[in-house]
Amino acid sequence: MSSLTEKDRPIVQLLLSAGTCPRCIFRFCRVGSQTLYRHPYKDLMKDLKQFLEGNQEEEDRACFDVADPPCKRFRHGHTEEGADDLNQNGVLSQIPLANDGNADVENSDVENSAVEVCNVCLGILQEFCEIDFVKKMCEKVNSSDFQFTSFVFSVSLPPQLSVREHAAWLLVKQEMGKLDLSLAKDDIVQLKEAYKWIIHPQLSEELGVPTDGKSLFEVSVVFAHPETDEECRFLATVCPDCFKPAKNKQSVFTRMAVIKALEKIKEEDFLKHFPCPPSSPKNLCVALEIQCNNGAVFVAGRYNKYSRNLPQTPWIIDGERKLESSVEELISEHLMAEFKADSFNFSSSGREDVDVRTLGNGRPFAIELVNPHRIHFTAEEMKGFQQTINNSSDKIQVRDLQLVTREAIGRMKEGEEEKTKTYSALIWTDKTIQKEHIAFLDDIKELKLDQKTPLRVLHRRPLALRCRIIHTMKSQYIDEHHFRLHLKTQAGTYIKEFVHGDFGRTKPNIGSLLNRTTDILELDVESVDIDWPPALEN
Amino acid sequence: MAAAEALGAARYFTRWYKADVKGRPCEDFCVLQHSNRICVITLAEAHPLLQPGKTITSINYQISPNCSRLQNKVSGKSKRGAQFLTELAPLCRIASSDGEEYTIYSFIRGRLIEVNENILSNPALLQEKPSTEGYIAVVLPKFEESKSVTQGLLTPEEYKEVLLKRQNSSSGS
Repeated sequence: MSSLTEKDRPIVQLLLSAGTCPRCIFRFCRVGSQTLYRHPYKDLMKDLKQFLEGNQEEEDRACFDVADPPCKRFRHGHTEEGADDLNQNGVLSQIPLANDGNADVENSDVENSAVEVCNVCLGILQEFCEIDFVKKMCEKVNSSDFQFTSFVFSVSLPPQLSVREHAAWLLVKQEMGKLDLSLAKDDIVQLKEAYKWIIHPQLSEELGVPTDGKSLFEVSVVFAHPETDEECRFLATVCPDCFKPAKNKQSVFTRMAVIKALEKIKEEDFLKHFPCPPSSPKNLCVALEIQCNNGAVFVAGRYNKYSRNLPQTPWIIDGERKLESSVEELISEHLMAEFKADSFNFSSSGREDVDVRTLGNGRPFAIELVNPHRIHFTAEEMKGFQQTINNSSDKIQVRDLQLVTREAIGRMKEGEEEKTKTYSALIWTDKTIQKEHIAFLDDIKELKLDQKTPLRVLHRRPLALRCRIIHTMKSQYIDEHHFRLHLKTQAGTYIKEFVHGDFGRTKPNIGSLLNRTTDILELDVESVDIDWPPALEN
Repeated sequence: MAAAEALGAARYFTRWYKADVKGRPCEDFCVLQHSNRICVITLAEAHPLLQPGKTITSINYQISPNCSRLQNKVSGKSKRGAQFLTELAPLCRIASSDGEEYTIYSFIRGRLIEVNENILSNPALLQEKPSTEGYIAVVLPKFEESKSVTQGLLTPEEYKEVLLKRQNSSSGS
């Protein structure tokens, strides 16, 4: 027990008799040796008791002192604090009572050596450090069937643990004050930290992979302690501004709100409402859930869309599906199965209407696979997935399918506004046309458009007047009422509206340029000029 | 002209008619509703203003001393700040050289999104392309009223019958 020194003796005595577990006692004694926390619980208890018995006589005397005239001693240590004196007296007189109450429990504990639930950690640093619980976590991880090479362990503690920790801190601080020593809250070893010190090597051993703070694979455990759930309540009456209800919050007593309130609350107010030391609970915490989560992986590529009846994303109006499939589903379905992911998020560099085809090199896209169970695939395997997707549908084709980083996806979105796109449009005119009527379009360069938000999207977009540029046009005469127009435009230009004019809301438009009523019959995207993701060899 | 116009931008819209508005003969209007519930208010082909020989002398969106439809400003996706229109809210008044003045109503309950300022500088648009570039205004009904706002209006077939009856009674008298 080399880590504890003589000056820790009164703290050990005080906490042990209050029903605090050995590891929590170490924390309050600022023991920083990780290995010490990992010793078997029974050994730690035995060692602590030996540490105290090593000076049995002194200890007895100390006990007498506390039990007999406690106020004098404490007052002595705090005379310089002046104004706080009275309050502290009132509070400190409670301590002997609490001690007396727990003294019996402690004695019986020595005799039957049953593990009493710690009044500070509520069992976290007791039962939940045992190999049985570690094995339970491992079973959960193994049955979840994830691919991983390291893990990060996270713990969620019930908020009332912070309240109990606060009470124990005040108690120890006062005890140390007697020796003219101080104890800042930060000096205490955090419960979570100590818990991880104990769990990490065991879990690592059982899972056969190292822990890594940056690992994408997370094993998390959520603890609750229903018996003491009410213990945060008083904070809301003392610090109401820390507990404002918000949507998406089940309870206002979140861990962060409780910690904030504990920072604000005055010591005397706290002690008026909460027993110090905290009472001994009947039950251990319960592990509400043990969860595994793998960080998202990203797959990118380019797609072609050959159908005029296929939306990019599911088209649902009033809860009813308009068309049975979509580009994102045709691509993601197979990847979801291979990566065994929970869900996906599809994004792309712009989008085309349901009746528009995307030809040429296709449109860049990226898919975020959420919580994938499989993450390691070779380039060869990715190529296989691409082949499967392409074999499964005539409506779309995919190329350059590859794993990418989250950061790289930014490049796709950057290009969205500034890059150019080329289109091919089949146009109808009301009055007849000859080749020479449309030839002049080829000579127009950098045509500036004033485009109001099209009526067809106005219900879900703000009304705005945007300036867009048609860089070049090339016409191809078909017959007296039809021609094809190839356009190179700034991204974000609405092509259909440029052709039919949208009630004169896009100016100029093909109709106004030709002095005819014009309409668009077919539209194809010929290229999306972004060089991402990188082309792969076939 | 009207037949050719049936194509173009208007083909994505469903047409609804109202005949003899407020009992005034032949003052017919046509509402074009998009599947996204946006409505475009236009004059129907039979409206007196669209008959040969009529010359429009003024279009006035100032419908009362305190209210001009030109002041309508909307912002954001939810079109905040839009003037709210009931069925018989006037949108504008149009005067013709023969001394007549016609009031154009909304017919659709909803938010006024925009009025057509192009017809102010070029009133001929109203007569040349009444159902496209010569539109009067764009109105967005409430989501929950997107179906009910057109109740009581005539379908193109019903309107055709109204026109036929009108023709018969005038030729009969």
